[in-house]
Amino acid sequence: MFKKIIYTLIILVIGVFVGKYFYGGKTSNTVLPNPNTLYRNVSKVNDSAKTLLLGQEFSGAIFEIKNGNSIQDAVKEASPGDLIRVYPGTYTETVYIDKDNITFQGVIQDGEWPVLDGLKELNDAFLYSGNGIQIENFKIINYKGNGIMGQAGNNFILRNNWIIDAGVYGIFPQFGINGLIEHNILTGIEDAAIYVGMCDNIDVLNNEVYGNVAGIEIENSRHCLVENNLAYDNTGGILAFITPGLPIKTTYDVIIRNNFISKNNHENFGAPGSIVSGIPPGTGILVMAADDVIIENNIISDNDNAGIIITDFENGGTQASNDPESEPNPDRIVLLDNFMINNGNNPVGELKALMLTKFSTKGPDILAIGGGQGSSIRDINRYRTWGLGDFGVASITNTKDVKTFLLDKPVAAREISKEDLGEMTYYGVCSGCHAYDIRLIGVPTNVIQMIYKDNPKGIVDYINKPKNLRDDYPEMPPQDYLSENAKLAVAEYILSLKK
Amino acid sequence: MKKLVLIILFSSVIAFMYYYIKAPTIPTSDTPSNYSIIEKPEIELCNTCPPGFVLNKKNQCISRNLYLQYNSLENKGVGGLKTALPKVRDGFSPQQIDLGRYLFFDPVLSADGTISCASCHDPDLGFTDGKASATGIYNSKLNRSSPSLWNVAYFKKFFWDGRASTLEEQMQGPLYAKDEMGTTPEQLVKTLNGIDNYNILFAQAFPDRNLNDSIKLHEIYISIAAFETSLISLNSRYDQYAHGYHKALNDKEIEGLNIFRSFVARCAECHTPPLFTNQQIAVIGSPEPVGSPFDPGAEKPFNDKSRRGGFKVPSLRNIDRTSPYMHSGNFKNLRETVEFYTKGRGHAVPENEELFLHWHIWEPNLTDRELDRLVDFLKTLTDESFKPKVPKNLPSGLKIDHYSNISS
Repeated sequence: MFKKIIYTLIILVIGVFVGKYFYGGKTSNTVLPNPNTLYRNVSKVNDSAKTLLLGQEFSGAIFEIKNGNSIQDAVKEASPGDLIRVYPGTYTETVYIDKDNITFQGVIQDGEWPVLDGLKELNDAFLYSGNGIQIENFKIINYKGNGIMGQAGNNFILRNNWIIDAGVYGIFPQFGINGLIEHNILTGIEDAAIYVGMCDNIDVLNNEVYGNVAGIEIENSRHCLVENNLAYDNTGGILAFITPGLPIKTTYDVIIRNNFISKNNHENFGAPGSIVSGIPPGTGILVMAADDVIIENNIISDNDNAGIIITDFENGGTQASNDPESEPNPDRIVLLDNFMINNGNNPVGELKALMLTKFSTKGPDILAIGGGQGSSIRDINRYRTWGLGDFGVASITNTKDVKTFLLDKPVAAREISKEDLGEMTYYGVCSGCHAYDIRLIGVPTNVIQMIYKDNPKGIVDYINKPKNLRDDYPEMPPQDYLSENAKLAVAEYILSLKK
Repeated sequence: MKKLVLIILFSSVIAFMYYYIKAPTIPTSDTPSNYSIIEKPEIELCNTCPPGFVLNKKNQCISRNLYLQYNSLENKGVGGLKTALPKVRDGFSPQQIDLGRYLFFDPVLSADGTISCASCHDPDLGFTDGKASATGIYNSKLNRSSPSLWNVAYFKKFFWDGRASTLEEQMQGPLYAKDEMGTTPEQLVKTLNGIDNYNILFAQAFPDRNLNDSIKLHEIYISIAAFETSLISLNSRYDQYAHGYHKALNDKEIEGLNIFRSFVARCAECHTPPLFTNQQIAVIGSPEPVGSPFDPGAEKPFNDKSRRGGFKVPSLRNIDRTSPYMHSGNFKNLRETVEFYTKGRGHAVPENEELFLHWHIWEPNLTDRELDRLVDFLKTLTDESFKPKVPKNLPSGLKIDHYSNISS
């Protein structure tokens, strides 16, 4: 009997120890996200991220950044293909990435996130120009500019970030092709929370945007899918715009479907003069000047001004200069079936004036105002509509064939042959001082050919570290800034020149 | 009264000369002028391309640079660091480019043989003139600042107000404006046809025509455009950074780059790499010099009130060389210029003006440190490694005398 009690006690103690060992020490046993960020492909038939990373297996280095370290220091050391893992802590810095294929992964432990805190002193949290940038699992707060801004990076994934009061835009890829923005939560942004500006082939999926001036804005961009997002309590929920005066002039081929767009009645707190400062509070979806926008199967409810507004520049309330190169009318807008209830309870501004002329007490579900042609609606009788007299009957019933606008494979870098690279470098850089058979500043190229016959490596060494061999010429400054590829290519090119 | 008589007398003499002196209108020794005639030079046009160009089999100079490694969205040539340039205007022959160089520096193109294109677009001053507003013929004071000519091969709009869409169209502005170079198409053609050297050179540059054909206006325009499009500046320290050599910029300059492209300062939203202009018209509300009337800018040529006070976004390449700044040259240095953008949206707009100020003009509240860093960064955009040589001798025989560093 006594023995039994002892055994039981021993087993119990062991049990407690074992239990503590296996289940207690959360921090030492965090399951880290898969480094190639493909882990979220569960239960989705067509996972967009897959196409972005086609065939890419992770083989880079992993940098582990803990509280007190700098993320940027890791970026400086990182090479394309590397992963920068950031552990919970507060990081006050602007992370800029002028390299390709760098992944940033926040590690969330015990509900604690890695936080980028700009203290309302720093401008942007992430600023990238490289291709293949992936940023996930960060909490970004108190910046003055943007949470995440991309300038011309293609093939990006921005996901699972939690962005609060990060300034003008939350997530803003610009001049990018083929990008996925999904599973982010954004609030307190004084312009658009998610702003796709001058981009092609972007999917914006499964995000929650609330308490911003604009929830999601697709501007001067093409081939964009906005799906399954929750947009509420913004001034305007989801926008598809052409803004005049930008270098890329069109917006077309946009699908806005399966979103929840409710109660977007927030007071407009956009900066004076900004394009969104003209958005009337209570606007569910706003299409301005964009073409070929399909709006399908959204739940659009309780937006006090109107559920959907389709307008041109003139009536869009933008206080911007005209742009003769920018077509101002929304054309070929297609409204498929949407669930629209209780919109227009408290119209403002021009819509209110319009309401009074119509002796109505409520704003419409759908308003079309201004120019534009070729637009259509599947079942106009379901909604309270104003200005849809020109709309025909939609010739399609759904967009189910469009699963994604992401490309089948990542946008490839431009293919440049060695000879082309050599030619670009020789004429683009070297020709300032060297010509084939005449003396400019440096030695004629045919003289270089004699000295380095069959020895391109010798030229590369000289490029890296010139040693003044001749008194009759000035010393060449090192051209070591050229990439290794360019140095060798230009060396071989120089030796191959005929005239 | 005496004055009036003198003016009339003087005008008559000029008119007389104009009618009776046969072309060329090269000023003779009895013309009052501050240049002297040098011995007629023997000039041959260059048969190789200027730096930045490769000669193809059709005797055309084709632009080559490291930005050809990249693409750009919709081929618009705007984006980030590794982004292609806009479509370039190239394909001129080496001879046309070289002939254009002579024409560019030759004062014989102006009505009285006193000023050349280079008078306002001096290669040693970033192809501007260092003045707030340009000076034309007879010391006329012009309204706007001379714009730089670096990288015009990539531009789609010309003049501060964007009113011309080709270089050929653009150059007719200053050539024929009464207060700029003051000539006329007739006078220009007559003058050049009267100069043997130019007849020979045009025949070299345009070999497809008959040998004895006279010089045509469009040949003059093409040659000058050919030279202007050869002015390429794409090898600054910034460019080295952009192509991947991050040591090219120091910490302060990188900090400046990050402010430049941040969404607080927003400089890069209009001064977009790689040209550092998005080539749009923007109304920013920069001030006129005290006492000058408000410049309506793009409102006039486009006949559009909403573009009042709008000007073409200038490229910032070689910006450190082209002070003073803005359309009116109202800011002496870069520091003053960047400060303009943080002094408040519309702070310099006259009270009676209602402008459609650009949405990126806002109140970024940049600190002094940030303004200093921006200036640090702007100075990394300098590259004059392909600066063309000023001709030693001009085909007209006129002398270029306001250049100190004349080379061959």
